[in-house]
Amino acid sequence: MTDRAKVWGVHLLVLAALFAAQFLLPSYHVTNLARIMVLAVFAMGYNIAFGYTGLLSLGHALFFAAGMYGMGLPVWHLEWLSLPALIAGLLAGGAMAGVVGLLALRTAGVSFMIVTLMFAQAGYLTLLYLNSWTGGDEGFVVARSGRVLLGFDLATDTPRFMAAFVLFAAGLLLCLWLVRSPFGRVMVAMRENEERSRMLGYDPFRVKLTALILSGLYAGAAGAAYGMLFGYVGATFATIQYSILPMLYVLLGGAGTVLGPFLGALLMFYLIDITSGYTDAYLFVVGAALVGLVLFAPKGILGTLRERALRWLP
Amino acid sequence: MAQDLIGLTPSRRALLKGAGAGLLTAGFVAPVWAQAAPVKLGFQLHRTGIGAAYGRWYERTAQAALKVVNEAGGINGRPVEIVFEDDGTDPKRGAEVVEKLTSQHKCDLIFGPLFSHVVIGSAPRAGELKVPYLVCSEGFHVAGGMLNRWSMQPGITDVRAQVSSMAPWVLANLGKKVTMVFPDYAFGHDHRDYFTAAVEAGGGQVVAQIAVPPTETSFTRYLPQIPNDTEVLYHVMVGPAVLTFVKELGEFYGTGAKPEIFGFIDSLEAVDMASPGLEFLEGSHFWEGHCRVKQADASEHEIAYRAAVGVDDNGASVSDAKDVSTYAHMFSVWETLHIIKAGMEASGYQGIADRQKFVEAVEAMTEMPESLAHVQGNKVFNGKTHQVFGHQFISKVEGGKLIKVHTTSIEESLYPDAVDYTTQSF
Repeated sequence: MTDRAKVWGVHLLVLAALFAAQFLLPSYHVTNLARIMVLAVFAMGYNIAFGYTGLLSLGHALFFAAGMYGMGLPVWHLEWLSLPALIAGLLAGGAMAGVVGLLALRTAGVSFMIVTLMFAQAGYLTLLYLNSWTGGDEGFVVARSGRVLLGFDLATDTPRFMAAFVLFAAGLLLCLWLVRSPFGRVMVAMRENEERSRMLGYDPFRVKLTALILSGLYAGAAGAAYGMLFGYVGATFATIQYSILPMLYVLLGGAGTVLGPFLGALLMFYLIDITSGYTDAYLFVVGAALVGLVLFAPKGILGTLRERALRWLP
Repeated sequence: MAQDLIGLTPSRRALLKGAGAGLLTAGFVAPVWAQAAPVKLGFQLHRTGIGAAYGRWYERTAQAALKVVNEAGGINGRPVEIVFEDDGTDPKRGAEVVEKLTSQHKCDLIFGPLFSHVVIGSAPRAGELKVPYLVCSEGFHVAGGMLNRWSMQPGITDVRAQVSSMAPWVLANLGKKVTMVFPDYAFGHDHRDYFTAAVEAGGGQVVAQIAVPPTETSFTRYLPQIPNDTEVLYHVMVGPAVLTFVKELGEFYGTGAKPEIFGFIDSLEAVDMASPGLEFLEGSHFWEGHCRVKQADASEHEIAYRAAVGVDDNGASVSDAKDVSTYAHMFSVWETLHIIKAGMEASGYQGIADRQKFVEAVEAMTEMPESLAHVQGNKVFNGKTHQVFGHQFISKVEGGKLIKVHTTSIEESLYPDAVDYTTQSF
């Protein structure tokens, strides 16, 4: 079997398994899987910036929240329908990433982390200050009328799962295509050696900005979908925690692997869900698992697997 | 051998006695419970995160109420269980916990969350799962119409009712020119909007509204903004910053003339009034949802409740005098569990197919007289807005203790309905 066939085979198999899961799993896990798929889209976006282009951002919560509020505010204040609201959320994530990128990409490394973190914190506080428009710290419920997409009520289980699945499948296939495209190779080149890429004639600023905007579009789409599928928009999603989460998903699953973000989101979700049933200190368990990961498999699960056995894994 | 055994063979009379005793035991000690499946209640608990101080006491209160309910025969003759799940005081996890309690633990209903953002984040999922969701949150979001038919607040009054009912007493006894200091986010804005309206309606005047950003750790630059003609300083700071706020307020006024000070006990829930730096609060007044210190006129039910939840006369744990309770709020958990019992019994609740009947039974409730089920005082439930109304207490700090000086009437806390949930479909 050629590598190309293996790559497509594995990714399509994952999608088929996820599609089948809704018929096989109990309803609790089906809804969890819908959440995980949306969060995985967020993490896939983070992976485009961090895993493939080497941009270690601490501000992705801002892009996620931009998508969430970009969708939610028009539904609340302007009574927009779901489709234009979702598109608005997607674009808001990309636009926010573009604006932040124009300024933050003048820096690199640790400075880039700090600048993106500060932008995200400013965004969070803006949401609190504009309380009368945003619902402040309490947030707001997305009206049921704004959660009907193309005739499907996203507040019900099957349409919600299918919407999350379609978004995830689109995100995954697009990511697979992107990282294997010439531009994807240039992204990796930026990560590996920016100076050499510049010498070869590529404009690092332009490449990194494009990657960050793509990353923001993913985060925006995930934020908009999360708000619409689960009916709530709130400022908590703009806190630092939601910048750290996609990073953890990516590190756990494997930075620079297409399926890594999903695997990381899946494992992290259930790690918290299961351990919280046994101990109050479940975040300690999560922390210990991550320390163990960094010590013994610093490239994440799929990254390590690729290194040791599956060299064709994108 | 056979001979020996014959000597041990019980007589017919002894056998009958034994059988009778067995039947009696089965009949009286464990009524129908041997066969009846327990009623399973889910508790969405702030065990970790910013609500942990409340969560710790909410869990203890729920356990105490559970013991009382089970000792009194359970619900509809069935024993009651509570499944606690930590939501980390986070709305995303909150919605997941609603899912887990409903779909995985198969709970009959869910109750217990306090923090507004967790409630607002979780209520949509409760509505979709069609599971009754009884919150103990104080927020105006239930009565304001933001939630749904399955979400109710029958155990505690909301902030709008609280501030509106206290304004007349503040104006009549402390002064008519009020300066408000509040955190600059939704909780503070509720106070700003509803207290200002109530003060103006009562002929008073809010001379300044000082909004403090949520990230602030020092208040010295805000204190000079308090106008000199302020007669009453109304504060409602929350979180660790409150100790700094009060300390800096004390340093700002020193021993000179100062306005009357009126605060919300939310600022000092689970905090010992004898903490260093709080001396300045001597002589000031506080709103309390339920009096932390056992009052001279405490009812027998209040006394029984205090003993059941393990709180001493000063409001701290009986096992650790430094572990101060969240007494002003935690009664809501006790009362909510008793309302669940009353609602399930009124609707003849048998299982999850009867969830709708349960909601309708609670909606039909009106008067809730003071009793062991309603230890904080009598209340009136508005089935249309899913919100309960009750008395509020104003206490004065005397000798480092909160002594009740006024009880508001229920009528003072009422306001026009903003929603009629009973017109919404299930």
